Amino acid sequence: MAAPVRGMIGSTSIGNTTSFQKKTRSKLVSIPGTRPSVQNGQLLVSSGVSSLDYVIGGGLAVGTLLLVEEDHYDSYSRMLLKYFLAEGVVCGHELFLASARDHPDDIMQELPSPIVDDVAGMKISEGQSQPSDPENPDTMKIAWRYQNQPKVQTALASSVRFGHYYDVSKTMEPELRQAAKCHSFYQLQETPVVTASSPLPSPYHSLLKSIQTVIRKEGFDGSTPQSKVRNVLRLGLHSLGSVLWGDDVCCKDNPAHCHALTTFLYILRGLLRTSLSVAMVTVPSHLTQNRAVMGRIIRLSDTAIALESFKGSEKETNPLYKDYHGLLHVRQLPRLNCLSCEVPDTKDLAFKLKRKQFTIEVSSHQPLSALSPQHTPNSHPIALRVHSYGTSPNPNEQRGVKTPPRLLTSAVSALKTHSTVDTADQRVGCNENDTD
Amino acid sequence: MFPELNSILNSTPDSFKSSDFILVSDRRADASFLIHHYLSFYLRAGCKVCFLGLVQSFSHYSAVGQRLGVSLAQAREKGQLVFLEGLKESFGVLLQDTSQETQPLSYLRSPGAGLEGLFRFVESCVRQSGDGNAGESWGPPVLLIDDLSVLLSLGVSVGAILDFTLYCQATVCSELQGNMVILVRCEEEDADDDEEGSNLLQRGLVHQCNLALHVEGLPTGYCRDIHGQMEVWWRQRGETIYNQRKIFHFKVHDKGASFFARGTSSAVL
Repeated sequence: MAAPVRGMIGSTSIGNTTSFQKKTRSKLVSIPGTRPSVQNGQLLVSSGVSSLDYVIGGGLAVGTLLLVEEDHYDSYSRMLLKYFLAEGVVCGHELFLASARDHPDDIMQELPSPIVDDVAGMKISEGQSQPSDPENPDTMKIAWRYQNQPKVQTALASSVRFGHYYDVSKTMEPELRQAAKCHSFYQLQETPVVTASSPLPSPYHSLLKSIQTVIRKEGFDGSTPQSKVRNVLRLGLHSLGSVLWGDDVCCKDNPAHCHALTTFLYILRGLLRTSLSVAMVTVPSHLTQNRAVMGRIIRLSDTAIALESFKGSEKETNPLYKDYHGLLHVRQLPRLNCLSCEVPDTKDLAFKLKRKQFTIEVSSHQPLSALSPQHTPNSHPIALRVHSYGTSPNPNEQRGVKTPPRLLTSAVSALKTHSTVDTADQRVGCNENDTD
Repeated sequence: MFPELNSILNSTPDSFKSSDFILVSDRRADASFLIHHYLSFYLRAGCKVCFLGLVQSFSHYSAVGQRLGVSLAQAREKGQLVFLEGLKESFGVLLQDTSQETQPLSYLRSPGAGLEGLFRFVESCVRQSGDGNAGESWGPPVLLIDDLSVLLSLGVSVGAILDFTLYCQATVCSELQGNMVILVRCEEEDADDDEEGSNLLQRGLVHQCNLALHVEGLPTGYCRDIHGQMEVWWRQRGETIYNQRKIFHFKVHDKGASFFARGTSSAVL
């Protein structure tokens, strides 16, 4: 169970301006920034990246844990964490950020700024009155039904939408950032607590206690009375398992605390299941010597993805990967409240980070094939074209759809044989738009 | 309950073998759909079920059970199902200052001490059926565990887990003529540290069991229409020792799973 959508009382009513009331059959919780899943009715939140939401089945289910295996320089995983937190700020969720290397305030200051519909710029709803326009008459004669609509779309009015886009070249405005409630946990400033008989080392133990205190105090587990408006808590835990957390699973073959991180994740998931919270944990998996431990860590989380960036590797110069910054591996997708999970079409995904969008695309294309993947069993299914991800708020924004398939003839996994690919010459009419 | 699996294994809720130890294992796949199958199977058969749900919450099983036609909440109220929710109480147990050995989740505080508390809990649960509530007499007891290999992640040693399963088998299968279904999840075949590995646990359990269902991905790669292959290994049954293995392909739907012989997937034919 992530969060039962039915059976929760109290739907916050968004102001109705017409007398027409839609009959709602079921008592759905309407927390801003969430929506129920179409497959199994789970309450989903956006991860901040629309294409990632699509890949993991619509979004992150409330009450689950997303594990991100970091790339080598922690650049893109940190970016994903910032998207996750920025989405929480825009939707009005509460944040909890824990990190051992950089101070949480530094990470918060680097959050990307959201792109909003309003062309005139971002407006902060608190303390700013809507601009009065003396030219408009007070009463509308023809369009009288729109009399009571707000005149200007504010930034927070768009937060009821699911999933936003961010501009990474700008940082979020401090007023918007401070409007969100953020709890932080900075490992280097915590006093070590002597936990005599706990199997967890002190940093993990204090982190768990801190998380549980926040959940209980702010009422995310339902312990406070109903008068409080329900909200979601987003937990961002950066680089767990690294030495700064007091854990040596990443630096030793036979670590003394080999079960510390796995126990921590188990108990964290228990806390998440009983509260309205979502957690994103990044782990430097490339440092662990022991593949079995990573297997256990993946099984202990719900959704698990791994980022592999091309920076510094020989794949950087591979013509197949010219347009991408790295590969995205989906290690695990959860099965929540249902038998089957969202099975992806293909597992060959690559990502690239543009200024306005973090795109995840299928990285190999079958040339001009009319066959559907079902007719080729036991072979790597290759999608015919790139999926289009979500709707862009900005009509000038380039969408993730590229219609002409390229004549690349090798699947990603066959790259190990370095098959001859004369791709540069055979690209057909790519209207690749790199100007944003 | 999956009808095709029932016909493969030759068992129905009305007539199934007793004193059976069924091991469900997987390697880089997810075999938990078989646990849902067995849960609904034994609830329909009217057995008293003791379920150790160590990795998911009760409402997850309850939601899936509804799709498969059994109501777990009702069964729990009637006393047919005893559900131990490992996740919910885990943090509370960790924070406790005094650890009692007999508490079921005591392995969270002291993983080196073994699983005696858990066994005591199981024993008290399966023996209760002998007392019988007024007018409610259930069938033979069944123990379902999902999943046992998570205890390895929490620091319990392989030897302690194997001891625990031996005790459970002696009590549930041999003494009370009940059944046991355990899910174990393994990693890669060539793990270096076999002392702590789940492969060691799986091998030990396969040796003890009567029927082993092993779920894996397809050896040829990922396919959208065939979710994997399941190997059924009929092992010792009473006095006769037979050793029969068969491989099936399966696909998991919303309301069940379909099993078919290799190469006969509807996507291919």
